[in-house]
Amino acid sequence: MKPILEVNQLTKFFGGLKALDKLDLDIREGEIVALIGPNGAGKTTFFNCITGIYTPTEGDVVISPPNKKTMRINGMKPNLVTKNGLARTFQNIRLFPNMTVLENVMIGRHSRLSSGIAGAVFRPKSTRREEENLINDSYEILKKIELAQFVNELAMNLPYGAQRRLEIARAMATEPFLLLLDEPAAGMNPMETKRLDDLIVKIRDTENISILLIEHDMKLVMSLSDRIFVMDYGKKIAQGTPDEIKSNPAVIKAYLGEETDA
Amino acid sequence: MDWEYLLDLFLGGLTRGSIYALIALGYTMVYGIIELINFAHGEIYMIGAFTALIVASVLGLMGMNHIVIIILASVIAIIYSAAYGFTVEKIAYKPLRQAPRLSALISAIGMSLFLQNYVLLAQTSNFLPFPSLIPDFDFWEPYAHILTSQELVILITTAVVMILLTFLIKFTRTGKAMRATAQDKVMAALVGIDVNRIISTTFVVGSATAAIGGVLIASHIGQINFYMGFIAGIKAFVAAVMGGIGSIPGAVLGSLVLGWTESFFTGYISSDYEDVFAFLFLVVILIFRPSGILGRSETQKV
Amino acid sequence: MFSFNEIKKSLAASVWLMFLTFPILVIRVNTVENVVEWRWKNMVYAGAAAFIISFLANFLVKRKEAGNKNEKDKGNKETLFISQRLLNDKRFFFPALVVVTIFILSFPFLFSMYQTSIMSTALIYVMLGLGLNIVIGLAGLLDLGYVAFYAVGAYSYALLNHHFGITFWVALPIGGVLGAIFGIILGYPVLRLRGDYLAIVTLGFGEIIRLVLENWNAFSFGPSGISNIPRPDLFGIDLSLQANINFIYYILIGLVIFTIFVVNRLQNSRIGRAWIALREDEIACQAMGIDKAKTKLMAFALGATWAGMGGVVFAAKTTFINPASFTIWESVMILCIVVLGGMGSVIGVIVGAMVLILLPEYLRAFSEYRMLIFGTMLVTMMVFRPGGIIPDIRKKYTFEEKDK
Repeated sequence: MKPILEVNQLTKFFGGLKALDKLDLDIREGEIVALIGPNGAGKTTFFNCITGIYTPTEGDVVISPPNKKTMRINGMKPNLVTKNGLARTFQNIRLFPNMTVLENVMIGRHSRLSSGIAGAVFRPKSTRREEENLINDSYEILKKIELAQFVNELAMNLPYGAQRRLEIARAMATEPFLLLLDEPAAGMNPMETKRLDDLIVKIRDTENISILLIEHDMKLVMSLSDRIFVMDYGKKIAQGTPDEIKSNPAVIKAYLGEETDA
Repeated sequence: MDWEYLLDLFLGGLTRGSIYALIALGYTMVYGIIELINFAHGEIYMIGAFTALIVASVLGLMGMNHIVIIILASVIAIIYSAAYGFTVEKIAYKPLRQAPRLSALISAIGMSLFLQNYVLLAQTSNFLPFPSLIPDFDFWEPYAHILTSQELVILITTAVVMILLTFLIKFTRTGKAMRATAQDKVMAALVGIDVNRIISTTFVVGSATAAIGGVLIASHIGQINFYMGFIAGIKAFVAAVMGGIGSIPGAVLGSLVLGWTESFFTGYISSDYEDVFAFLFLVVILIFRPSGILGRSETQKV
Repeated sequence: MFSFNEIKKSLAASVWLMFLTFPILVIRVNTVENVVEWRWKNMVYAGAAAFIISFLANFLVKRKEAGNKNEKDKGNKETLFISQRLLNDKRFFFPALVVVTIFILSFPFLFSMYQTSIMSTALIYVMLGLGLNIVIGLAGLLDLGYVAFYAVGAYSYALLNHHFGITFWVALPIGGVLGAIFGIILGYPVLRLRGDYLAIVTLGFGEIIRLVLENWNAFSFGPSGISNIPRPDLFGIDLSLQANINFIYYILIGLVIFTIFVVNRLQNSRIGRAWIALREDEIACQAMGIDKAKTKLMAFALGATWAGMGGVVFAAKTTFINPASFTIWESVMILCIVVLGGMGSVIGVIVGAMVLILLPEYLRAFSEYRMLIFGTMLVTMMVFRPGGIIPDIRKKYTFEEKDK
């Protein structure tokens, strides 16, 4: 089966600094893949290259969404990458603070809607129906992520754990086939992390969304992942199942495999 | 080819550029350290000129010696401009350091509006003649037709200020602290730098150089007006942005470029559209190099 | 209640300000006649004012900090302002609406011709404020050259009328369309620019337009402007001056209602939400599939449309326009309206426009200090109440729980 995301020899230079060095990675449909590595290894840079925030210096990023054409997305603008089915969350939460929780999710559906200025001003039946569906669909997503109780709350007023989940909800609203999560468990306590674990599995199982996540929480990574890729200094130094990675000497050397849950 | 005319325009541009540079330095230093366009900076320049005028007039009426007047007027103008810069920062910018950039920008516009009208109401809307504080030097007489004594003084003063500033930034502890704070405020605080004091110092230094510019240009042109800070400020800002805002050599470079191109444009093409030119130039530069000529291209940390 | 420390601080502020303002405030120089005037009274005023203001400022800052702490401690209650609570209360809203409507419709007959004219000016600024609100309040793009579109609208009517005899009613939509086109022309080069640069460049554009109008005599008749611009006609009937003024007033009422309607619809639509997302976080908004460039251009274009139309009405109302009416300070004025009223909030902008235009009329004694007060207001609002007098409140949705 063709991988839904295939990254070949991805290289990124920032001036003289080589942030990514001939990185290869692939994700198959239905997988939860983790990307781990010491701080500064280039994981977020990798995400940024895939999602169009940076343009790769060399290499290819190819996506094969289920039932759609294969395409190269190097250097594609971020909004088009999202339109083509890749959604992401951010390492430092980037919600829309002065919009409500519901509106944040509604924004996620922007690229799946079509009404423009005329629709906004004249509100024909098609626009009204679209808006109604939008509100209901967004609410459904909130219920799935267990954020429904915050629906009219301003995003900036949410507790931290809820904010992280809201970012995921918002990303899901874009109807992705692949969800990129950047340190979703950062700053969470063990209980919240467990809840996140269940949520991610639920997303994969019930929504048919594959997941690629960057994480430092080893317990979460080992529990969730089907496969793990390990990075250091911009290079891939290992890949395999959790068991393989746990005992991989290169990984242990680079990373000292610390379990970070407190 | 009229070489003398060309030389005239060249030197004229150099002089203009020098004045812009003195103002642009303040803009670029402040922007480098707190990422704010200090819209009120042009007004500091204007206040410098006004203060010098006031002091000079009072001392003149008291019958003081010419040299004493120049020195005292300039020094007091510098002190006052520095004080204004310091105060403006404390009132209008410091409370907004954590606020979104838009808020600080609007506050700066408000401050600019306030200072302009403050001087307007307290003084007059008329153009006030400014005494020629810089005498014509006898030893320079043979060259006076190429470059007047005033222009010479402007060029020399600007050069001296540049050198002093470079020395300050590169070799003193304060300068190092300023560079550190500009790069990373949090880290600078963590290594023991008093960030508030450094920011105030930046404003003070920037305002002082602007005041020098104000005094010089007022002597050169011979009249001042409450509105002079605005246009000069915009142009100096354009120059700073062109050179790459946040970069001191960039500010100087941008100012000289602007001075020369303005001079040649008005000299060979038209003088009506002089002000338009500066803006158009800026737009063109920013379209092709959004960070300015020498600016560091900011890759956003995502 | 007032600690000695606070008094000491305010005293220090007072002394500092007396020192600071000494040359400019106390000494008035007349280099033409070579006299120097000493105004010691001003120093006393400055000192006293500084003391009071410093005290007040400290008090307000402490209150703000205490308020922030309270919010974090008690969890977050919805703090609705009186005005919003009243607006939401149905029993108040409808009667109030009726009263206001009657008042608005009968205004010209209750007040003099002059006052109606002033109110018309205020209404034009409401339109302008609502337009700029789209650009700054919703999309977060600090456009300081908004007056350029106003000028485009005014001059388009004046010139089209002068050369081709175009009437007001035809010129009105043309002004709007031209405004939108210029909005796109201006928006395109600034797409990649960051907030601060955007501000300066748009300011530059505003000035460029004004300077071109001032210097390109062949096109725009230069500084002397264009006069004898016809007022709006009512089926060709000859109207007296009074009737004309009233007519323009009603036209503006209609236009303002239209503006409010459209802006409201835009705000609560897909494009409106995209604008707000753009303002809140440009990177995240792109990650959500929003085309940054298109959204920005739409903000510029749609915002400029209202300025264009406002310009046409302005030209028809004053019958004479020249470049001096379209300076940066106009842009700043409109900015003040948006900032004061509340960024993103329609009612706020209306209130802001009314306050900033009508108040100076009724406080004629202070007219000299108008700009000074505006400047102070901008700084004060940003420090103490950046949301504006009537900040924007997001829409609330209700859902029925079917599966409880």
